[in-house]
Amino acid sequence: MTAETPQPGASQPGSPLPEPLRARPVRRPGRWVSGAIVLVLAAMVVNALVTNPNFRWDTVWLYLRDVNVVRGVGWTLVLTFGSMAIAVVLAVLLAVMRRSDNPVMRWVSWCYIWFFRGTPIYTQLVFWGLISVLYPRLSLGIPFGPELLVFDTRTVITAFWAALVGLALNEAAYLAEIVRAGLGSVDAGQAEAARALGMKESRILRRVVLPQAMRVIVPPTGNETISMLKTTSLVVAVPFTLEITYATSAIGSRTFEPIPLLIVAALWYLLITSVLMVGQHHLEQHYGRGFDDGARPGRGGGPGRRRRNRRPSRQAAIRAAGTTRDDPFAEVTP
Amino acid sequence: MTDVQATPMVEARDVHKVFGHGSDGLHVLRGVDLEVPRGSVTVVLGPSGSGKSTLLRCLNELEEITAGSVHVDGELLGYRRDAQGVLHRLHPTRIAAQRSRIGMVFQRFHLFGHMTALENVIEAPVQVRGLSRRAARTRALELLDRVGLTDRVDHYPAQLSGGQQQRVAIARALAMDPELMLFDEPTSALDPELVGEVLTVMKALAASGMTMVVVTHEIGFAREVADHVVFMDDGVIVEQGPPADVLDQPSEPRLQEFLAHVL
Repeated sequence: MTAETPQPGASQPGSPLPEPLRARPVRRPGRWVSGAIVLVLAAMVVNALVTNPNFRWDTVWLYLRDVNVVRGVGWTLVLTFGSMAIAVVLAVLLAVMRRSDNPVMRWVSWCYIWFFRGTPIYTQLVFWGLISVLYPRLSLGIPFGPELLVFDTRTVITAFWAALVGLALNEAAYLAEIVRAGLGSVDAGQAEAARALGMKESRILRRVVLPQAMRVIVPPTGNETISMLKTTSLVVAVPFTLEITYATSAIGSRTFEPIPLLIVAALWYLLITSVLMVGQHHLEQHYGRGFDDGARPGRGGGPGRRRRNRRPSRQAAIRAAGTTRDDPFAEVTP
Repeated sequence: MTDVQATPMVEARDVHKVFGHGSDGLHVLRGVDLEVPRGSVTVVLGPSGSGKSTLLRCLNELEEITAGSVHVDGELLGYRRDAQGVLHRLHPTRIAAQRSRIGMVFQRFHLFGHMTALENVIEAPVQVRGLSRRAARTRALELLDRVGLTDRVDHYPAQLSGGQQQRVAIARALAMDPELMLFDEPTSALDPELVGEVLTVMKALAASGMTMVVVTHEIGFAREVADHVVFMDDGVIVEQGPPADVLDQPSEPRLQEFLAHVL
């Protein structure tokens, strides 16, 4: 087959590159001036923060490592990741139901999203906290029939579980819309090609559509995770009182130093957010494979250079194939 | 079935396709009869909107036909007729199984963008046929070699030229060992200089005895490779026969006009 023999002259790595143009750059004094002004302003802000004795930085440093504060950070992380994990699973389910042929599924999914997005998270958390008052007994059995197993609600749904489930159910509604947008972003031809190969719809979703939708789903989901980190401070509505915001404000009111303790919580939130941003970057790299990086075969590739490299690599691929000299009609005309 | 060899690979009878409902419906296929003998190459020509792509998509049930019947390898597509002659729609799993024996190559390739060329070819044999990854990989490397892409197996579709992508798409379809290959304008989305490499692969495939139905505008390919040329216009087959007759002595004025424009 002519297709695999590289043609001489198709690509010439040895040809010398021309001397680049040498020219004096345009003078831009405005850049230096504006840069200097902004730097001075930034220095003023930092100075105002560091030298103000009202912030009590010594107290901040002391309580940053307090055992109750660190434990609070732990609970905040558990609530954040636990609720996001539940929410992601639920959101994929809701998004798939939303696209279902079954009108009951579509309707239920729509109503769920309508309700949980439409009411305040704080109110929802209060209700989850009150669930043992509203429904003192939970039972497993036949719907509208006899009960087989009966529980005391208070022992099954503790404050922690009420907080976790409350956050997760609310978040699922938002994530469902993100997943739906992601599924919709995948070209219909992908599913069609998979269908033509004899793949079942469930497998097409799992193997072909979802992995490509992830590219669109991950960035806003990272955003939601960072948002959830701060939303966990609302679980005081349940009330669940071990997470970082409540833990620090409790110390603050006990020691009559609320401001340094607010700073302690804020610094921890900042630190966790920074770590989450690194994680999000790596997830985006993973699901962007085959789309972002055109420079290297296989997985991954250096960040930052990917956009610039794409076109040259495509051009190189076309040339390296060595097929571009073929005249299509020369082969098929008798 | 009396004689397997005598049954044509494709037998479409009075196929109609209406998009939409009621009087607003768009009647795209208006009674198409088509027979494709085993091991033959049929090229379908026709102007845009003549229904040729829709006909092809009906041959593997990407479109559900409105009326008529399509048999592939003697098996009714999409339906089952019981002893009383009542027609039952087949379960989607059954339809997927029928499709898995019919390869399809699309105008815009539709390679799975998140998989390398090799992973694209392996995917269906593993997921649908239940082949081991190792066996599927060996076979995939063979097929990629056959389409001349041995050195491109670990590239993602975005890193391949259009012609290379289309050749991977052909290998992906062949990996399912189809008894019939459908090509929907396989070279129409390619830069002119990349058309040749895809047609070369298709020619080799035809020479190996594969039954093929090809919707294309490449008259040269039709002339050289086709056993049978079908010209469609406005949802019906206007003229058909051996390429020499249809392309060189067209009797229908619509076909004469079409050829004058294309050649």
